[in-house]
Parts: sequence; structure tokens; C-alpha cells
Amino acid sequence: MARTTGNGGEDERVAGGGLLHRRAFLATGALSMGALGTIARGGTPPASMAAPGGPLSGYGARASASDTIQRRLPARIDFPGTGSSRTPLDRLEGTITPNGLHFERHHNGIPDIDPLAHDVLVHGLVQRPLVFRYEDLLRYPMESRILFLECSGNSGALNAVKPAQVDAGRLNGLLSCAEWTGVRLSTLLDEAGLLPEARWVQAEGADASGHVRSIPLDLCLDDALIALFQNGEPIRPEQGFPMRLFLPGIEGNASVKWLRRLKLMAKPAYSREETSKYSDLLRDGRAELFSLRMGVKSVILKPSLGLDLRGPGYQEISGLAWTGRGRIRSVEVSADGGKSWAEAALTEPVLSKALTRFRIPWQWDGGPATLMSRATDETGATQPLRADWLAKYAPGQGYHNNSIQSWHVDAAGRVSHIYA
Amino acid sequence: MPDLRRATLLLAAGLLAASALSAASLGAPILSTPASGTPALGGPALSAPTLGGSAPAAGPRLGRPATPAGIAAIDISIGADGAGLPKGSGSVAEGRVSFAARCLACHGEAGLGPDGGAVADRLTGGVGTIASPRPIRSVASYWPYAPPLFDYIRRAMPLDSPQSLSDDEVYGLVAYLLSVDGIVGRNARLDAKSLPRVAMPNRGGFVELIPRQFDGNLDRTIRDR
Repeated sequence: MARTTGNGGEDERVAGGGLLHRRAFLATGALSMGALGTIARGGTPPASMAAPGGPLSGYGARASASDTIQRRLPARIDFPGTGSSRTPLDRLEGTITPNGLHFERHHNGIPDIDPLAHDVLVHGLVQRPLVFRYEDLLRYPMESRILFLECSGNSGALNAVKPAQVDAGRLNGLLSCAEWTGVRLSTLLDEAGLLPEARWVQAEGADASGHVRSIPLDLCLDDALIALFQNGEPIRPEQGFPMRLFLPGIEGNASVKWLRRLKLMAKPAYSREETSKYSDLLRDGRAELFSLRMGVKSVILKPSLGLDLRGPGYQEISGLAWTGRGRIRSVEVSADGGKSWAEAALTEPVLSKALTRFRIPWQWDGGPATLMSRATDETGATQPLRADWLAKYAPGQGYHNNSIQSWHVDAAGRVSHIYA
Repeated sequence: MPDLRRATLLLAAGLLAASALSAASLGAPILSTPASGTPALGGPALSAPTLGGSAPAAGPRLGRPATPAGIAAIDISIGADGAGLPKGSGSVAEGRVSFAARCLACHGEAGLGPDGGAVADRLTGGVGTIASPRPIRSVASYWPYAPPLFDYIRRAMPLDSPQSLSDDEVYGLVAYLLSVDGIVGRNARLDAKSLPRVAMPNRGGFVELIPRQFDGNLDRTIRDR
């Protein structure tokens, strides 16, 4: 059986269901269990050491054994180029999303844009309407930030009457985190010179949907970027190459990809995407408009559906937490369906408007258990219960669902989605 | 004024770079000739208090002046008040014909969408259901303003051939769709003057989150537990 440091065993238990103190760790035991590979065979060297390996390459590929890690594609696609694919969060570790696994949400396909023929117009309520070429923007001062991006429709399946038996990627994978590098939008707005009446910025993409959103000027002057690089390389076509707007902490739909036009306006345009689509219908029939900020949220990824437990004993529970308002302050985990909670360890650095990895050790006794996580952000906001969330919104309203999620572990170690 | 001098130098560098661009890349109508771009200097910077976080770095000021004609050529957006609506007009009868040819295959008979067995969004019906336990969201029942319908159809529809409809066809389609629920009359003809005057049934159905910093999330504070 696993042992823990300090006083050992029972003294490290900090909540019901076998949750251990977040600083507890295994003293011994894992090495002997893990030593079953090439070393155990003895004698001849492994094949990888007996012949030269593969050649250099211009652009690396991942291990073929990792090829099963794929974006989750929809089962049914009525219109190719529309809809979404999801980041397989449950198959990844750490906090950074590899570029090839960053979720996609397109409204009419991925355009093929020649960067040297692409420019972005800043116009409307400005002193000097200006055109910025892609090549010009590359000469501007840049900044890099690690930031999450979440579609406001993420986790919308939590609306379903019965818990969807799908993995954490399908449930929550309209979510990513990357290092985004680009030019501060405020630098370009400053150059164009704002007129006093300007209050909103309409951003438009050069895709076949002409995707367009009205964004409050305050957000654009705060920390908005025109992103040109994603995890160090030029952003991917499906992320808006050659450039996208990036609004930290704001629903993904507003971070317009393939950006071609920014219009300073006195009022929003109330375009289709910001009224008929990305508005949140309440129980009383009114709908909230411009609910742009993403709320505090967390999800357990290990274990989760599809990642069953292999036997009683020591486990690590880990997952991701984030908030559109700044930093995560704490994540609590329950192993007994919310009766008791213990604080998880947050992996440093805990960055503003980025994904934060949390971990907590767990001594599973082999009985049924219900795992939940609950994040609190630096403003003191914490996640609502699912029932409370549902009580606010009209049936079928699926945006901004940040309610507490639960996984059930049965005696065989199988993990299923549950409403607790 | 060292800042101004520096900006001037950087602007000059930008103009040099501009003159080296290929003819093809300068062919876009949006650009005026760099020589006409002198007003790019001298405007007031944003006042510091309006900037959140750290102040932005001063850029090299490489933006090129855009001409009114160039802007007009790419700004296809329509305001909720109808600003930007083009000339032309279309009637319900004309729109019905266009709908059958360009829209019906995906949006279904009379724009009933999935409720009529089609695959694309529902566009009509459901007026008065928004506050009910089974809200039906369509253009007719939910949209607060009519001009954005023109904006969306013109920029994005039909999916397989966006921006292929004429302005007259778009006016006709808007008229036809709004006529299905009686929002405009059966003999209506819409244009830049009449479309902004169309009263949408759910105009008063929205709450803007400006006072709440665009944050509608149902988060509780620790004290609420």
C-alpha cells in the first residue's frame, strides 16, 4: 500500500473519501512496479540502441504512439467548415495546448490567406483611418502572454437532462491555452487617434462568413492583442492566420480570426452573432447581451470518463482551472460528492487569464466515489452548483456554463459522468 | 519634442518601405498614395487613464492612410439603425422567389428550419414563445433589430456562395422572411428608408451588461456558500 510522508497514512487525510493533503506524496513503491520494460529483459540491447535512428527533419512530428491523440470531431457534420472540433483535454498534461490540437470553431471554413496581400483597416470614429499590412505589423513592438481561450458554448452539454457519457474533451474541449504573441491593439488605435464618441470596436474576419462582432472599447484598450504567433510559430490557419484578435478572458467568438477590419463606433451593430447567437436567454424571457467575460471554472481530467482507475490505492487527481477575471486563487476537490472538500495544489506559475493545473493525491479505497472540483478566483467568485446555474437560464441556453462538474467512480474503477 | 521627431523618422522609414512594395500589393483600392498621408502625425495620444494595465508601447507608426473610397469598398457592415444600407429595394413577392432558389434547400419551407425537417437555422415562427418554457428562437421571434438581418444575409448567405446576392435580392429576402410572421405586410417592399422602421417583436427583450462590465456569469461569492 502507498505510504505518505509526515506522520503517514491516516494523518494525511484532509477530507472524506480518501483525499490526502496536497503536499503528501508517495515514499516508495512506484519504482519496482515500473521496472518491467527493457531493463527487466536484460542481455541484448534494445533495438533503439542497436541501429542508427531516424534522420533530421524540417518540421518535427510527434511520436507515432501519440497519433491517437486527436481533436474530437463531431459525429455529424451538416455543413463542412462549420461547427467545432475540441481539444482532447483528457489526453494532455500541463497547461499548454499543442497548436495542432487547439480547438476549432469556424462559421464557414478556414480561408487560405496570402499574408503579403493581407491588411487590416482601422476606421470609423478615428482621426486618421489607417491600413496596416501584415508585414508592417511584424515591425511593431510585441508582447507575449500565456492565455486561455474558451468558446462561450463550452460545456453546453451540461444542459442535457441526463449526463452525457462523453469524455472530458468532448464535454469541455472548446478550451485551450497557448502563448500568444502580437501587437497591442491599443497601439494601433492610438496611432489612428480615437474620436471622443468612440465606444465600441467592430472586428471583422476575412472568412466566408464575414464573421463580425462589436466589442466594448474598454476591452480593446485594456489588454487586447492582435495575435500573430501561437506558441512561437505563426498562428495556424484554423486560428486565424495571418492574424487574429485576441481578447484575454473573453468568450472566444469575439476574438475574431483572419482579422481584416476594425471599425470604431458609438454603439454596437447588434449583428447576428451578438444578438441571436451569443446572447444568454434567462428564465423570464429576457436575454443578456454582451455577456463577454468568461466565468471561474474547473474540470477534473484525471481520472475522467475513459481514464478508468486500475485498482485501489494511491491516485493523483488533476485537472484545469481558469477564470476570465484574472488569477485562480484556489481549487477545492471533493471525493464524496460535495460533503467535504480539500484544497488542491496549484502548479506554478498561476497566471492571469491562463489555465492553471491543480493536483491532489487521493487514497482510493476501492469503493464508489464521486469526484468534484470547485475553483475560486482572485475576485472571490466561485463556481455555482449546476442546479443554481440552470435556475438562472432558459431551457436550452447553453452559453457560459461554468457550474461544478462531477465524475462517478464505481467499485471496478470505471468513471462515468454524473450530476451530483 | 523628441517623441515627435522620432515618430517622424519612423514614419519616413514606413514611407520608404511602402514605396518598395510591389505594384500588385499596392493595387488594393483601400490605400491612398503614401504622399497624401501627411496627417498621420500630430493627433493627440489616448489619455493615460483610459488605458487599462500597462500603457501600450509606442509603435513605429507604419499605418497607411485609407481613402474614403477604399473604406467604402470593404466596409459592408450595417448598423442596427440602418446606417450603411445600400440603394435598391426588394418586395415580399421577389423575396419569395429568391428564397425558393437560394435558401429553401437548407432552411426549409417558409424558413421553418429543423422544425420543418431542414438542417439550417429556423428563421420564422415562434413569436411570443421567448418567455415560455419552450422558447423558439427565430429571426422573427428573437432578433431585436431588422437591419442586421440584411447585414447577415448579404455577408454570409447562402453558405455555399456568400456575397453573391444582389442588394435588391437581399432586400427581397428580408421582406419575405419578415412577412411570414406578419412583421411586414404581404405587399411590403423594403429599402434603406423603410427597413430601419420595421419593429421587431422582441425589441425590448434584452438586457445589456454594460454596468456589469460585460460579466453575466452566475458565480457566487464565498460568503454565499
